[in-house]
Amino acid sequence: MTKNLKNKNLPDPIAMREEIMKKYPRKVAKKRTSAFVVNDPVEIPEVQANVRTIPGIITQRGCTYAGCKGVVLGPTRDVVNIVHGPIGCSFYAWLTRRNQTAPPTENDVNYIPYAFSTDMQDENIVFGGEKKLKEAIREAYNEFKPHSIAIFSTCPVGLIGDDVHSVARDMKAELGINIFGFSCEGYRGVSQSAGHHIANNGVFKHVVGINQEKKLTTKFRMNMMGEYNIGGDAFVLEEYFEEMGIDLVASFSGNSTIESYEYSDQVDLNIVMCHRSINYIAEMMEKKYGIPWFKVNFIGADATAKSLRKMAQFYGDAGMIKATEALIEREMAKVKAVIDEVKPKVEGKTVMMFVGGSRAHHYQELFKEMGMKVVAAGYEFAHRDDYEGRRVIPNIKIDADTRNIEDLVVDKDEKLYRPDLQEKKAALEKQNFEFEDYVGMMPDMDKNTLVIDDISHHESEKLIELYKPDLFCAGIKEKYVVQKSGIPLKQLHSYDYGGPYAGFEGAINFYKEIDRMINASVWKLIDAPWKLEPEIVGSVVTD
Amino acid sequence: MLLRHTKKASEAVDRKALTINPAKTCQPVGAMYAALGVHGCLPHSHGSQGCCSYHRSVLTRHYKDPIMASTSSFTEGSSVFGGQANLLTSLSNIFSIYEPDIVAIHSTCLSETIGDDLKQISEKALADGKIPEGKFVVQAATPSYVGSHVTGYANMVTAFVDKFAFKTDEKRRQVNLISGWVEPSDMTELKRIMKVMKVPYVLLPDTSDVVNTPLTGKFKMYPTGGTTIAQMASMGDSIGTIGTGAFCTKDAAIALENKCKVPFKITDVPVGLRATDRFIQAVAKMAKVSVPDEITKERGVLVDAIADMQQYFHNKKVAVYGDPDTITPLVEFLLDLGMKPTAIVSGTPGKAFMKNMETILSEKCPEAKYLNGPTADMYRMHTWIKENPVDLIIGNTYGKYIARDENIPFVRFGFPIIDRIGHSYFPTVGYMGTLRLVEKILNALMDYQDANCPEEKFELVM
Ligand code: SF4
Ligand code: SF4
Repeated sequence: MTKNLKNKNLPDPIAMREEIMKKYPRKVAKKRTSAFVVNDPVEIPEVQANVRTIPGIITQRGCTYAGCKGVVLGPTRDVVNIVHGPIGCSFYAWLTRRNQTAPPTENDVNYIPYAFSTDMQDENIVFGGEKKLKEAIREAYNEFKPHSIAIFSTCPVGLIGDDVHSVARDMKAELGINIFGFSCEGYRGVSQSAGHHIANNGVFKHVVGINQEKKLTTKFRMNMMGEYNIGGDAFVLEEYFEEMGIDLVASFSGNSTIESYEYSDQVDLNIVMCHRSINYIAEMMEKKYGIPWFKVNFIGADATAKSLRKMAQFYGDAGMIKATEALIEREMAKVKAVIDEVKPKVEGKTVMMFVGGSRAHHYQELFKEMGMKVVAAGYEFAHRDDYEGRRVIPNIKIDADTRNIEDLVVDKDEKLYRPDLQEKKAALEKQNFEFEDYVGMMPDMDKNTLVIDDISHHESEKLIELYKPDLFCAGIKEKYVVQKSGIPLKQLHSYDYGGPYAGFEGAINFYKEIDRMINASVWKLIDAPWKLEPEIVGSVVTD
Repeated sequence: MLLRHTKKASEAVDRKALTINPAKTCQPVGAMYAALGVHGCLPHSHGSQGCCSYHRSVLTRHYKDPIMASTSSFTEGSSVFGGQANLLTSLSNIFSIYEPDIVAIHSTCLSETIGDDLKQISEKALADGKIPEGKFVVQAATPSYVGSHVTGYANMVTAFVDKFAFKTDEKRRQVNLISGWVEPSDMTELKRIMKVMKVPYVLLPDTSDVVNTPLTGKFKMYPTGGTTIAQMASMGDSIGTIGTGAFCTKDAAIALENKCKVPFKITDVPVGLRATDRFIQAVAKMAKVSVPDEITKERGVLVDAIADMQQYFHNKKVAVYGDPDTITPLVEFLLDLGMKPTAIVSGTPGKAFMKNMETILSEKCPEAKYLNGPTADMYRMHTWIKENPVDLIIGNTYGKYIARDENIPFVRFGFPIIDRIGHSYFPTVGYMGTLRLVEKILNALMDYQDANCPEEKFELVM
């Protein structure tokens, strides 16, 4: 049964959308209306997504470089990431994304606290920056002797014709370490999303599987994809996997090393957390090595239990299944104790969520567990499949912006391909075990809720005015805009410097955090006590 | 160790091409900040949307207040064919949806590399009727491969003066105060000082009550603060201009002189005792007023506090990084306190910085190492600290990594400060602001002593 969000306290969604669009010039209103839909979880309507932001509109979105360097490659600690461009792009991506990392010992490598840039100057723009880039790579090598070096191009680089890939090849030959480049200039795509794809391609081409010397011998091997260890999420999950007896070979890319990617082809399974940013590598690894993948979600206690069970079922090992059940039982008891306490205080409260390419979906689990109502949600840089499910992929129009990004042609590796895993996959599929699955956000949302892609400032301001939600979830740029209206905003990129929110422990943290946010006294102290009193006439003040 | 790969200066390679842990950022963020200091103004970033997103984010983290700005949202097509169409669409959308009085456009590396001419496009927008009656567009070229965030600030302020200041036949008994990049709290303090001195003034830009607004339950896209169009217009009739900080304000002061024949004087940002002395004297001289007793009293209070606590400053070594306009008077002040600023970097290029440092340091602290421009970065400063340890670090939030690794007391000063509050509300300019700086330095040093000294050396009275 699908729930229908008909609540007499909430405005009629269609009328409200019209009201919001009124302010827009006609052309803008037309475009925005296609990205602003009223949900039906059964007859899922089409959402316009992954198209350019209209110039002049105040948007949440960032750029391709942010998606490539910031999101996918940023959290990896043993690579020197040199940003080729003027200083700013490197400066802003310096430590601002909260990917935690835990080098095993004091002597292990960790370059995450460093920002490396070629700091291009006028003459580099005029005469080209390749020479400076080469010199910068030499200097980085001489200073640090890193395992590998990655180069990220920012906007001017492509325009002036610097070829970072040929520089990478030359320097690789000169220095004898792995060096690879990314053409992730900010303008390459319509959002961060293009950068994810470019990063996936580069890592797959230049890193995955290049170490065939190291042979892994553990019994159950897996990679985790699309988990970025914001606030320590990955640390929580790593403990679960260990308890289940799974060897987490590589994480793309929270708490990770490039070195581990080099032998990450030796796994039996890839699990995918953030579908948007990483599905490309998962698919390419399946094509090349026959490694199956499925979608998981560790945000929400029930979702975590479901995902862990599915993993255990995949391996089909009795010991693992038992350990998993024990883990879930033990952790669920703790979760229940907290949810019983928190739920009465937050139940029925309304939430809006506009963030990322998977979080606005994943976090709905946690709100459901607390009995809160998500009345509107949307992503910043998702594609239609993240809303409507992978079944729409064949129907997605490929526009010029998407065509810009190379789709790697991947062939089967005859030597390393694992037919046994594909046989296992086929057998499991017969038992209704789903692989390559992602149903998207909309089937999980109530009827008549709003689904809005790439929400603009004007739209969120109006939504707040018309809906008066109890909580808003978005990012740093929206944080104080919303809070000035007296509504708490939870950042779901940086977690407001809290977390972890993944797994059972994370769910507990999140319940408590939302209770704290919504019920903090400060929101009731906004009006001065004399605001409602009659004005005092007469005065003892002399002037 | 967080910065576990940093070497001692004597073991580090000589870098010319690679910047590590920059002590500067890029022009547009300065232009954006300056534009927020004008009332009813929406900053607009002409480029790909990533820059705008980053600039808004860092300013938001620094102020914990809304930072509104729009973007031309370039994609591959605009990068090939130029950004004119994007900017024209932007302007008509902005004026109808967000209704600012002024749109302050700054370029980015991308639009500069393409060669978009902001002025010509703005003129076309006007001709095409895309700028409503009574609304304005100003533009500043802010390529980040030249200068730094400081340069962007200077360029935007200059653009405002160029656009709005006018000379009429009527002289006004007022002083233009063009402020270097300081906090909104500092802007409020500058205004208070002018009031105490009874000197009518126009302050440009003025970010107070824009980026440090109250929580009222209602979001205001254009808060109450900011220099108004009328105030900017009147600057052409003022008796003179004082610019605080040459890097940030000299261009604007010159532009105003050229356009309206208003004479100017550049002083330092009034951080520290003597820089404030010079500022007060400049104001008094230009406005032909004598310095009121209240200001002299404030000065006396600052001197008193320094005299009381001088022993704690004496010969303490300090590492300083940040913007030339603020760290130059700061270094001078540290010497006046009896401290030794031994490691100083500023990513912002400009020959004046090295010259000023030499003048200030050569006699009193000849062992000081200082550098500015490309590769004058925090990594370099850290290698110096490893070679020659310091007792205190002063600079933006990024210094906390060095402070923790080396166990050195740390005072936050500059941009960005994204892990503490205070800078929005409490100034560090003028005598009173300097007093706060003195307090902060003392707290850092004395908290360190309290936490780290042997038990038998633990002092009750200090
Ligand atoms: S491209 Fe230029 S303007 Fe944009 S963030 Fe980078 S350095 Fe700054
Ligand atoms: S210059 Fe380009 S790459 Fe750099 S932040 Fe701006 S949009 Fe992104």
